[in-house]
Parts: sequence; C-alpha cells; structure tokens
Amino acid sequence: MTDMLTPVLTDNWDADRSWTLASYTGRGGYAALDKALAMEPDAVIGIVKDANLRGRGGAGFPTGMKWSFIPQDPSAEGGDKPKYLVVNADESEPGTCKDIPLMMASPHTLVEGVIISSYAIRAHTAFIYVRGEVLHVIRRLQNAVREAYEAGHLGKDIHGTGYDLDLVVHAGAGAYICGEETALLDSLEGRRGQPRLRPPFPAVAGLYASPTVINNVESIASVPSIIRNGADWFAGMGTEKSKGYGIFSVSGHVTNPGQFEAPLGITLRELIDLAGGMRNGHQLKFWTPGGSSTPLFTAEHLDVPLDFESVAAAGSMLGTRALQIFDETTCVVRAVLRWTEFYKHESCGKCTPCREGTWWLAQTLERLENGEGSESDLELLLDQCDNILGRAFCALGDGATSPITSSIQHFREEYLAHLEHGGCPFDPAASTVFAAEPAGGVKA
Amino acid sequence: MTTTPAKTDLITVTIDGVEIQVPAGTLVIRAAEQIGVQIPRFCDHPLLDPVGACRQCLVDVPDAGNGRPMPKPQASCTLPVAEGMVVNTQATSGVADKAQQGIMEFLLINHPLDCPVCDKGGECPLQNQAMSNGRGESRFSENGGVKRVYPKPINISAQILLDRERCVLCARCTRFSSQVAGDPFIELIERGALQQVGIYEKEPFESYFSGNTIQICPVGALTSADYRFRSRPFDLVSTPSVSEHDACGSAIRVDHRRGKVMRRLSGNEPEVNEEWITDKDRFAFTYSRMPDRLTHPQVRDEDSGELRPASWPEALAVAARGLAAAKGKVGVLTGGRLTAEDAYAYSKFARVALGTNDIDFRARRHSAEEAQFLAADVALSTSVTYADLETASSVLLVALDPEDEAGAIFLRLRKGNRKHHTPIWSVADHTSAGLRKMGGSLIAARPGSEAEVVAGLSANPDVALAETSVILVGDRAAEVPGLLAAVHELAKATGARLAWVPRRAGDRGAVEAGALPNLLPGGRPVTDAAARADLGAAWGVDKLPDSEGRDGDAIVAAAASGTLKALIVGGVDPADLAAPELMRKASAKAFVVALELRASDVTEVADVVFPVAPASDRSGSYVNWEGRVRTFGTVLHNPASLPEVRILAGIAEEMGVGLGIRTPEQAGAEMREIGPWDGDRPTTVTAATTKAPAATIVLASWKQSIDDGRMQDGEDYLRATARKPVVLASQSLLDGLGVSEGDPVDLTGPLGSVTLPVAVGDLAEGTVWAPASAPGASVRHLVGPAGSAVSIGVPGKQPVATDDGGAA
Repeated sequence: MTDMLTPVLTDNWDADRSWTLASYTGRGGYAALDKALAMEPDAVIGIVKDANLRGRGGAGFPTGMKWSFIPQDPSAEGGDKPKYLVVNADESEPGTCKDIPLMMASPHTLVEGVIISSYAIRAHTAFIYVRGEVLHVIRRLQNAVREAYEAGHLGKDIHGTGYDLDLVVHAGAGAYICGEETALLDSLEGRRGQPRLRPPFPAVAGLYASPTVINNVESIASVPSIIRNGADWFAGMGTEKSKGYGIFSVSGHVTNPGQFEAPLGITLRELIDLAGGMRNGHQLKFWTPGGSSTPLFTAEHLDVPLDFESVAAAGSMLGTRALQIFDETTCVVRAVLRWTEFYKHESCGKCTPCREGTWWLAQTLERLENGEGSESDLELLLDQCDNILGRAFCALGDGATSPITSSIQHFREEYLAHLEHGGCPFDPAASTVFAAEPAGGVKA
Repeated sequence: MTTTPAKTDLITVTIDGVEIQVPAGTLVIRAAEQIGVQIPRFCDHPLLDPVGACRQCLVDVPDAGNGRPMPKPQASCTLPVAEGMVVNTQATSGVADKAQQGIMEFLLINHPLDCPVCDKGGECPLQNQAMSNGRGESRFSENGGVKRVYPKPINISAQILLDRERCVLCARCTRFSSQVAGDPFIELIERGALQQVGIYEKEPFESYFSGNTIQICPVGALTSADYRFRSRPFDLVSTPSVSEHDACGSAIRVDHRRGKVMRRLSGNEPEVNEEWITDKDRFAFTYSRMPDRLTHPQVRDEDSGELRPASWPEALAVAARGLAAAKGKVGVLTGGRLTAEDAYAYSKFARVALGTNDIDFRARRHSAEEAQFLAADVALSTSVTYADLETASSVLLVALDPEDEAGAIFLRLRKGNRKHHTPIWSVADHTSAGLRKMGGSLIAARPGSEAEVVAGLSANPDVALAETSVILVGDRAAEVPGLLAAVHELAKATGARLAWVPRRAGDRGAVEAGALPNLLPGGRPVTDAAARADLGAAWGVDKLPDSEGRDGDAIVAAAASGTLKALIVGGVDPADLAAPELMRKASAKAFVVALELRASDVTEVADVVFPVAPASDRSGSYVNWEGRVRTFGTVLHNPASLPEVRILAGIAEEMGVGLGIRTPEQAGAEMREIGPWDGDRPTTVTAATTKAPAATIVLASWKQSIDDGRMQDGEDYLRATARKPVVLASQSLLDGLGVSEGDPVDLTGPLGSVTLPVAVGDLAEGTVWAPASAPGASVRHLVGPAGSAVSIGVPGKQPVATDDGGAA
C-alpha cells in the first residue's frame, strides 16, 4: 500500500538532524544548484515549464509561466527594476499543515529551491515570509540560511558563478490575510497587510513596486528535484493536467494523521487507508479536500481523484490538499460555525461584503447551532453567501462562504434537526480526541 | 472629473444599452455618469486614487471587450473601459442590482441608523443610496443581530470628532490625508468589523486641511466640534461664495439659517481649488459675530473727547467736513481685506474727492521697489494658473510658504509633484514642513541674502528655469531690499512665468484697482499723461493728480509729522506695519476716518468710525493670485451692513463730489467699462540697496495658516489645532547653547523676549526661525519682525549670542 507514496520532499525527514546542512548535503542536497547555475536562467524556467509544475499554494497556477511574466527586457515596463522572489510561508488556512513541517524537517530543501528560482528570474534578493507564530520553524530557517551563507550557497559570487543572492527570513505578525500575496507584500514592506488593487500585478509592480514572483513553499521546494531529475521525471507522475507529487495533509478522525506525499490524483479512500483507516468504529461523515475554504465533500466523494481538475469537477477545489476528516460524531453546523468565526476574526476589513458579511454569518450560524431561528434562516444564509461570493475584494470572502453553502447542500437535514431539537443534537465531547471509545475500541 | 484623461484616444463602450465614447482610461463609474446613470458609491472619489473597498458600485459586465463575460460583478470604480466593453448597471441588470442591494444591506448591519440625531442626515450619501439601492426592512435586526458598538464620538483633533459606529470604512478621509494633504495623521487600524480610523495618540489630526475629510465623508462619522448638532441641512440656505482668508480665491459654500452663518463648505471649482479648502476657509467665520463688532457709526464728541454713537448722515457729514478741511493733505490706507470693488472706490475717492495719489493698500512692510514690481510684473498679469502649477517643468518659490500662506497653491503643487513629478524649489531659510510635503528642495538663503541667491539662479542647471517654468513670489519678498528686482530680472533672463502671491485676499484686487501711489485703476501709470487722460475722460474729471503719491510708510510718517492732516484707514493693524509706534502717533495726531468691521487700535483713536459689512453681508469680488476675478454674492441681507463703496460715496456726496458709484455692482461695472490700460507700462524694477545682515543671528519668520489673526477670532476649536510654536534652530546652535529639542529657550529681539521650546531645523548658521503670529506667543509683537537681529539664550542664563558679536 505504501508504494502509492512518492517521497521526494519528505524523503529526508527521517534522517538524523535532517534540518542541518550536513544531513541535507549528505543526501545529495545542493547538487541541483550546481546543475542550475550551469544553465541559462531561461533554461531553468523552461524545465519548470516543461515539468508543468503548478502552484502548490492552492490556486494551481503554472509556476514556470508565472516566472516568465517577469519582464527581463530593460525597455519593458518594470524591466529596469530589481526583481524579487518572495516565498509565501504564511501557512494559516485551517487544516493546512504541509509547509510548516517541511520547513521544520528540511529547511534546506526550500533554501536550495529559493536560490535556483531566484537565479531563474534573475532576482538578487529573496524573502521567505513565514508566519510569526511558528517560532521554532523561523529559527530553523534562520539557521539554514546562515549555514547556506557560510557554505557559499548564498551571498556574493555563489559557487564562483558571479551570481549574487541575499535571502531574508521575515516573520509575519499573525494575520491570515497576509497569505494573500499582495497583502503579504504590503506586510513585507512594513505596512498593514491588506490586499492591493490589481493591476498592477506583482509580476510588474510587486514588492517595492518592482517585478516580483510570489510562490508557495512547496512549489519552490519542488524545484530542486525537478532540476535534479528532469522535467520528464516530474511529469511522469500525477494526472494528465496535474503533474507531479504533492504533500497531502490528513488530519482529524483517522487513526494516524500526518503528511503523505503522493502523486496528484490519489483518492481519499487510499489516503485514509494509508492513515490507518478512520478512528476505530467510526464512519467518514464529511471532509475538506483543500482546507476550510474549499467546499466540503462527503463519503460519496471518497474516490474522487485528488487533482485540480477532478476535484473541481466534483464541485470543490484541490486547494492546499489539507484533508480534514470528520466522522459521524461531528456536528457539521458546529464545525462550520468554528470556521466562520475564524473568517470573521481574520477578515482584514478592507471590503464591505467580507468584513460585514462574516460578522453577520457568524451570528446567524450561532443561532442555528443553538436551535434558535427558523428554516428561513438557511435561505438567509445562502443569500448572504451569494452576496459575498464574487463580490469581495479578494478570495478570503469567497472562502468564507464555501463551508456554509456546501454544508447546507449536503447536510440541510442536520441544520433542521437543530431547530427540531431546540439545540445541537450532538454530544460535543464525542468528536474530541479524548472521547470515550466504543466498547472494544482502541484509542488512536 | 479632473482625473479624466485628456481626450486623446476615444473608446466606445455600451452602458445600459447606450453606446458612448469616452477617453481611454476612463473608469466605468464615470463613463456611466456621462449617460446620466449614477452608480451608487462610497469609497470612490474623483480626486482620490481608486481603492475598490466598499464594493457598492458593482456592475455586470457581459462583455469585457474581448467577447467574453466577466464571471463576477465588477467594481466600476476600479474598472477602466475597454473597446467594445458592455456594462449593465443596476438600471438594466438584475445581477448588478442584487449585488448592490446586498452590499448596502451589509453596510447597514453595523451602522447605528441614528439618522435623526446625525449631522449628515438629509445630505448623507449612505442615507440617500440606502433609499435608492437598498431594502426597506433590515433582515439583520429582524433576526436579533447584534451590532458592533463604540463610545460615541472621540476627538481625533480639537476640531474633528469621529463616530466609529457610523463609519463605513471607505477610507476617503485617510486617503485624502495621505494623498492630497500629505498629512497622514489618520489611518485605518485594527481589522475585520473592528477596523476603524485611528490616530497615533501623541499626534492628533492637526492638518490645515482636516475639515475636508468631514465634507467628503459619505456618512456622519466625521463631524466638527464647531458645527455638531447645530442645524439640519434642509433648514440651511446655501450661497456660493469665495473665501476671504487668502489670495487663492477658493470657492466656498456658505450655509446660513435665520440670519446666521452656520457653516462653510468647499465649493467645487476645478480650475481653482478643486474641492478642497483650508480649515481657515472652512471654520473661521465667527469673527464677524464677536462682541466688538461695530454696529453703528461713531464720531468723537468735541466736548468730552470720547467716541459717541452717531447717525449715518451725521457721521458722513463730520467725515466729509474733516476731510474737506484737510484736502490735499489726506492719506488713504486701505488694508488688505478689501474686495476689488471697494479698493476701486477708495482709489477713485482718493483721486477724485481728495485729489491725491497718497493711497496704499499695503498694510504690511513694503517698499518703493515693490510698488515698481507691482506695476511692472503684477498689474494685469494672468500668466500663471493653477493648472500651470501641475504641469510646469519646474516651480521656484521665493519668500512664500504655500502651506501656511496659500493653501490651495500648496495642494496643487503637491498634486503636481505627486502626479507629474513637478520639481519644486524654494528659496527660503529652511526646509519647512510644507516644502517637504510637496517633495520640494530647499535653496538655502539667510534672511536678507535672498536677492543674491535668486540672482545666482538664472544659470542653475538643477533648477533649470525656462519658459515652461513658474516662479511664485510671496509678498514677504518686499521685506528684503533688492529681492523683487532680482526676481524680475530672473524671470526676464530665463523666460519663466512669474506670479505674485500675496497673503491677503484683497491685495491683488487692490493692485488692479489702483490703490497704490504709482498706479491708477487698470494698470494705468500715475505718471503717464495719456493714462491719466484716458481715466479722467472715463471718470468725467478734468484733472487727476499727476505725481506719484506717498506710499504707506510715507503716509504714516507724514501724518505723524503733521504734513498730512487727515487719514482714511481701512483694515490696518499697526503691528503689521514697519513702524507700529509711528502709526499710533499718526492716528492720534491726524483727523482719522476709520472704516472697520470691529473695534481696533485705529478705531479707538479715530475721529469718525464707520462700521463696514463683513464678507457675508455683501457682494463683490476678489482677484486671486492668478489675476482671476472671483465674484461672490450676498449671503445675509442686512440693511445695517454697508460696503465701503457705499460709505465712501456718501462721504463724497457730502463733500459735493459725485463718486458715480454706490454699490459693488456699479463699481464692478465701471471697472469693466474702463478696462485695462493698453498703453505703455513700466517695465523696470530698480533694486533698493541691499545690505548684508550684520547681526550674528537673524530672525526668519512668517505667519502660519492658523494663528492669532483677528479673522480667526471666536473659533477656538480651530485655533486649538494651530501648530505649537517652536523656535527652529540648527543642531550646532542647540549644541552651543547646551539644550536639546523640546527645551525652552529665550528669543530676544528689538521688541522684547519670548520663551518657546526649541526644535531642530536645517537652518543656516546664524539664522533662527519662529512663527510670526502663533496664538499666545506672537513673535512679531513680542520679539520683532522677520529680519530682526535676535539673540537666543537659556532661561535664567546670559544670552549666548547677540547682535553685537557674541558667539553662537
């Protein structure tokens, strides 16, 4: 069964002190850098394009194409300005937990990716914007960067090629909105993180109004392996339009939650098997394919291939492959309320529908969860969501509506049961990790 | 409107089925306005950068111009038109209408709906658009929704109050402050529904332009301490007018109720002040309601020697008798607050009734050099406009700090620098806050040495003066011998266009009206026989006085010495003159006819006092620094308020001379009929002898926008936002004194001493700067005028530097 796994990014996580340069180099690390530096930058972009690596931050935009948008002709708009690479390591989506473990276990994978990617887009300064709460990860990143400088992988005249690169690890201050790439740039510039008006797009006027590539941690970390093994190797994995491997983060009511690196197109049924099955004695009730901002799936979607196209065709989004698994002990209304409270707390306040809409949605949901209100509140919720979806300034507002509309679609009866019951019909303790197990059960 | 690009490439779009052509780059929201469709909006403002925050202006775009629909409703305030684009607004699209209704519902859930007690109620875009694009009932409160609440209003400055519950977070106020005024003292803080406008607690919102945020606030979140709860908009009568506070000619709107002005707003005049005015323009109007307002004529009782009330006929007769007795020995000092029509009346009165050219409007320090400059370079000139300031290849400021002295110019220059990167240079003693905000560069000049510095600029490759450049020179230039001549030569040598920016509203009109010893109305030189004959024919008089008269200083000196026997004095504060004591002596000695709004140093000693109409009670026009005639009508019809022209006509009639004009309208018509002089005019400006400042430390100084001026009296909230007075000095001077920033220092000059905190500025060696007229610490009264030799010391210790050679 484990032959379904394709450990590349996670391959060295079990190594002794895998986060050190010595360990990383001992497993062949930084070899791809030499290979890349021997190539023309455009050739590096070409390989990433040929591999058809799509952004691992959720939207799935082709990484190589993004790089080729950077104006290199000095006469083009922005072409005479410095170029920047910014790594979005502000992983904050509920359920998403792939970048933080990657940077924790093998920060050099990311650092090597940053150097190769910066070389490709001809940037001489790169930033890793990492969320401020994960202090231990920040320390490992800082150490890795220091080691890379000392080893000559960063700084002036890298590996004697004349290429210069400085890498800055920047800690955010704990705002979900700063995962939105333009809000991230504002925050990185020292301003309050709120999304910017586009155009201009970051590829032309991003950080400090200069051409900027913003990529997810996993996208950049995938680059060394693509350079090392070639575009065909990468494209040989995955499905027709969703190439390669990805880290699938399985959390919640399974026996062994964790990170599972597999080709895109694996199904949840296979992943649950890999995770040792549902926690003992329980049934899958609902799950998120890519974090809380992606519409919920249920047991009927167990065999949907987890690639960009198949998940979209089934009515959701692959997102960040953050698979949160909920069994039948979970009240979907309560779960959705918790997520909605998160969005209300994290809405940046810039635009009306997200700011005011999340404030109102949380109140409406709370009343339903408490068994107050009426069936018409469901229509009200759906109408509120309709007034937010596609009306907000950025995708945060859209994401806030996903769990609500999808849960009403799949679990309308459960909402109504709250009204009939005069409150939540579920025992909230039953869904916790410390819940008493059914007779004969073994706690995972 | 002003953000609409020039009509170059026209693009065809279809909005609500109507095909129109608009310039490339036009935003959909403005293209729709052109076919009469108003898309509701809050954050959008044509003079601010688009932000797309409120989402109220969503429209449906079935064809983006490429044949494909846009999948989501688009914010029309951030969407530029594209060829072939099809847009459906709320008028024709159910999608757009629902989207807008949804946003409106969201905006109202956390809004307190306290319209009945809100100042904005009745003129509120939120209220209006909630009616036009919202639903009648709230689904939020129906379902027991809980609103976000805050303590009601908090002061963000002494004048501006913020009600955070009403705020819809459109960011108009914060964008205005950072983009237009350059005073980013307010900013959005916190996040989500708790986002709010905030200040840094140690830096309140003390901007000279803060009141504009109240006017552009689309809800009642920002109100003024001055106007809060005073009236309802539908009870007010609005009259367009022009501000009397500076030479900008800014359009204002005056709102009154039952004979009392309640508030003033900015007018919309794209060619002048756009939609912005200074806080002084907005809030300073209560001066005419002060208890010392003159309400009836007075004459000095022959027996008691005291002023006593008099009837109009008696006062006119007494004035006429006294002036007739002194005929040929009367001087006229008009002050700088006159309308052009009144200045014309004074000018004609002096020549026709008094037979003299002894008339001067300059109620401040002046010179013969300046009179020549005004005749040669200012009268009849319209060479520079506000629009030119934006697009000039470079702008040179001389003796002018626009932020303090001409707010609308400051905003235009800042806009030019921000949008067109217009280089701005200033010949001054230090980089002022205003210069920094305009992105300008300092050309350092110690007070007194400006003429030399200006003379050296003609070949300066950085300043690069050319025909496309603009030179703005302030009226303070008259204080420096040789400076105006140097500016005149510089403009001639480089071809740069030149404009004179006086500080007072009436000064430029007075030049045009001939309230000067060397000029007759319409730029006619006094000494030009043809010009005199031309004017004499128009006025129906045989002979006009043919030699240049005395200027203001000479009039005062002659009256003090007894050579002149009588004076007519308009709005003159002796403290503003070169010799205040001499003016007091002259007023005491001569027969003085004073025309004033409020009791003053002059009316106290006058023999006849006439009350004049304040700006609100009369019509007229100001000629602004551009030479643009800015006409305004009467706001309050008060039969007891007479404009100067009516009073002067009355005196003239008593003297047996017909002035031929009794109203501002008649005066204006006669001025237009006479027209500008088309004959030869003087073209030379002779430099007065310069003398290098001998003092070790020279005082640089000017009046700040909000100060102790009498026309700001009665508006304490405004005055509380005045800049805190400081003495600016170089770091080395502070080091020499052993003090650091914020410590008190004694500034001592010819008139005395004042103690103020010290701050560091980029002043040249041997120069300090202090505000001339800060409320409670008026340096011009307590220390001396700009250019004085001063010393600076630590309180309780010997002065470190004096004008007789102490070391700094």
